[in-house]
Amino acid sequence: MNMGTRINVVEISDVSLTFPTDDGAVQALSGVSLDIAKGEFVSFIGPSGCGKTTLLRAIADLEAPTSGAIRVNGLSPTQARAARAYGYVFQAPALYPWRTVAGNIALPLEIMGIDRKERRKRVERGLELVNLKGFGAKFPWQLSGGMQQRASIARALSFDPELLLMDEPFGALDEIVRDMLNQQLLELWAKTSKTVLFVTHSIPEAVFLSTRIVVMSPRPGRIQQVIDCPFPRERALDLRETPEFLAVAHRVREGLRAGHSYDA
Amino acid sequence: MPVIPMTRDRILPLLTVLAALFIVWYVAAALMNSTLQRDMFANAGDKTYTTVELITSSLNMERPKLPAPHQIAAELYKLIVVTDPTSKRSLVYHAGITLEETLIGFVAGAVLGVLLAIFVVAVPWLERSLMPWIVASQTVPIIALAPMIVVILNQFDIGGLAPKAVIAAYLSFFPITVGMAKGLRAPEPLQLDLMRTYNATSGQVLRKLRAPASLPFLFASLKVGAAAALVGAVVAEVTKSEDGGLGARLLAGSYYGQTVQIWAALFTAAALSGALVALVDFVGRSVLKRRGFAA
Amino acid sequence: MKGREAVPPLAFGLAVLLIWEAATRAFQIPAVILPAPSAIAMRLAASLPTLGADFVQTIRGVLAGYLIGNAAGLLVAILIDRSPFLRRGLLPLGNLVSALPIIGVAPIMVMWFGFDWPSKAAVVVVMTFFPMLVNASVGLASAGAIERDLMKTYGAGYRQTLFKLRLPNALPFVFNALKINTTLAMIGAIVAEFFGTPTVGMGFRISTEVGHLAIDMVWATIVVAAVSGSLFYALVAGLERRATFWHASYRAK
Repeated sequence: MNMGTRINVVEISDVSLTFPTDDGAVQALSGVSLDIAKGEFVSFIGPSGCGKTTLLRAIADLEAPTSGAIRVNGLSPTQARAARAYGYVFQAPALYPWRTVAGNIALPLEIMGIDRKERRKRVERGLELVNLKGFGAKFPWQLSGGMQQRASIARALSFDPELLLMDEPFGALDEIVRDMLNQQLLELWAKTSKTVLFVTHSIPEAVFLSTRIVVMSPRPGRIQQVIDCPFPRERALDLRETPEFLAVAHRVREGLRAGHSYDA
Repeated sequence: MPVIPMTRDRILPLLTVLAALFIVWYVAAALMNSTLQRDMFANAGDKTYTTVELITSSLNMERPKLPAPHQIAAELYKLIVVTDPTSKRSLVYHAGITLEETLIGFVAGAVLGVLLAIFVVAVPWLERSLMPWIVASQTVPIIALAPMIVVILNQFDIGGLAPKAVIAAYLSFFPITVGMAKGLRAPEPLQLDLMRTYNATSGQVLRKLRAPASLPFLFASLKVGAAAALVGAVVAEVTKSEDGGLGARLLAGSYYGQTVQIWAALFTAAALSGALVALVDFVGRSVLKRRGFAA
Repeated sequence: MKGREAVPPLAFGLAVLLIWEAATRAFQIPAVILPAPSAIAMRLAASLPTLGADFVQTIRGVLAGYLIGNAAGLLVAILIDRSPFLRRGLLPLGNLVSALPIIGVAPIMVMWFGFDWPSKAAVVVVMTFFPMLVNASVGLASAGAIERDLMKTYGAGYRQTLFKLRLPNALPFVFNALKINTTLAMIGAIVAEFFGTPTVGMGFRISTEVGHLAIDMVWATIVVAAVSGSLFYALVAGLERRATFWHASYRAK
């Protein structure tokens, strides 16, 4: 491994996170360590309770670890959030219904004080990037679920952060739309060379999209295994039927089984 | 998210706000009454009063602009505890009259409201034609209808507390109708479809699905209805004050400039309203708990 | 209400009017008890100047009180929004006060503000303040967790989150209170006039004409009050439609 050219965007060092609940403490994360380099596409996969969403939220400064450290571009998560170092895409599009699609994409730009002309330019660029050109004047509820999610991705990218955090963004969509969006996301990633952290429940999705797959297991939440995805950056959907693809998927499934994902 | 413990996190803010309100009230009373008090001193030829004397006198005037809390408390004590509850000067006596009218009106309004709601849900065209008028009827100031209802009922030799109970019922039925109708319509399409697959009649659907589903809505609207019934009774008493009641005391106090009496009657009405709503709430919660609705 | 939707209630209302007219004639009901609709209509037409002046007098109190009461309620809701402690103390109080017979406050307001319309406005302020406070507070707290997290990821401060998320999101609740308050404002102003008013005003007209047993005039005034109240409500509902067109309740149809 050539350590000289590898820049770490995210460094997670021995992070543990415990939630106090009415039924006692729940250890959502336990001793998690991981380094993520620039330009990677890292998927986090595991059953509910394995801590993958919690880990993403901790990186985004939406949760605080009880011990250990996280560094984003060398900054603490709070500093990174203030520096708007990342875009977050939630499971639901969470577009504000009183704003048009263009208005929604412009929301972070308004908050960051970018002037109107520049905002308009970036919104146009964002709409093109996610293939929603011409839909800027529509309202979110006039769009399909898939289009809404694309709009929320455009919104996350509008202020051009280096890091993209995505929490099961396509989970609520049907498979056909999902496949299309997977492909579009890959093209976008190839075009913009961002670093993407992607939480998913779907093994094929993880293998198709990623450069590395982090398999997590629950109780307590921890990293079970990290699997490399040796496919090139440019991928087509029919990659998913090749033996190499199925081999990696098999390894992921074995990793999940080892982590007791299939125990009730 | 942890449930807010009743004692510390709910009572403490309430007490703090009440305490602050208390202090503000005293200051306001002193300020508002002082001009009048100054005039009274001047009229009595008293020129050498200290600020302390001014303040204490302002807070103890006979006909203040804003009575101080302790004055209201003293009046309440006098009219509730000291005075004989059967005498016409006792607030207990008048509260009893108002309560009687309120309860009869509330029960009548509740029955009417529930029946109307069932009708409106069962017969859709009834809702389209009737509801807009019911909504509009609520914009008619009840105080206008009150004297007319009194006159009409007088013609049929129905007097006493009947007109006031009618007004109380009139004000309470509307929120109960609206809430109950919403509740009867609360079941999801999925649950209604299930009943269809059982070939259930609409009566069975009403008894077995709609009625139980409507309970939370019913009790929420009963609370509003109880408070509204009390308002109706008080307003009706203002227009026909010979029979007594808290509204009559309000009117009397306003006629004779007895400010403290007005406030005492108002507070009694407020306490009555609060107690009634709390009672309905308590009954509601026990019923809902026993029927499996989360507390 | 669209054109087609208005037909059933209008038809119903017309039917009721016809039955009313027929009943008063058939049973020879004395006008003192229940005047015929035709009599009320004639009285209304004949008394337009008086009723017009009454309307203007009362509406002054209604509008002034409505504007002040709602603005104050909204402002206080925003002010206490930052303090969950204050909210937990004030909201139960606000709920309690909303349910009180505020009608009792009217004589006190007349004592403080005099006989003319300012005292009526004061009563309306008291009546409209608390429903707006309670509804606005609930509305401000109703923004979803994901939407709020989104603002956090943008590094947005309190004021930005308030203006760009929580206030627009609270609009449906605010309008709910605005609609409720239209009826409360009308009722408050009219009832307040029963406790002292110059010789003009809808409440004054009603109380005096009842004393004269001119029940047709009482009904004519009631008609004016009900129509203006309904128009007021419809106006606010129209504004609501334009401001909150995006809300699920409009799209459900």
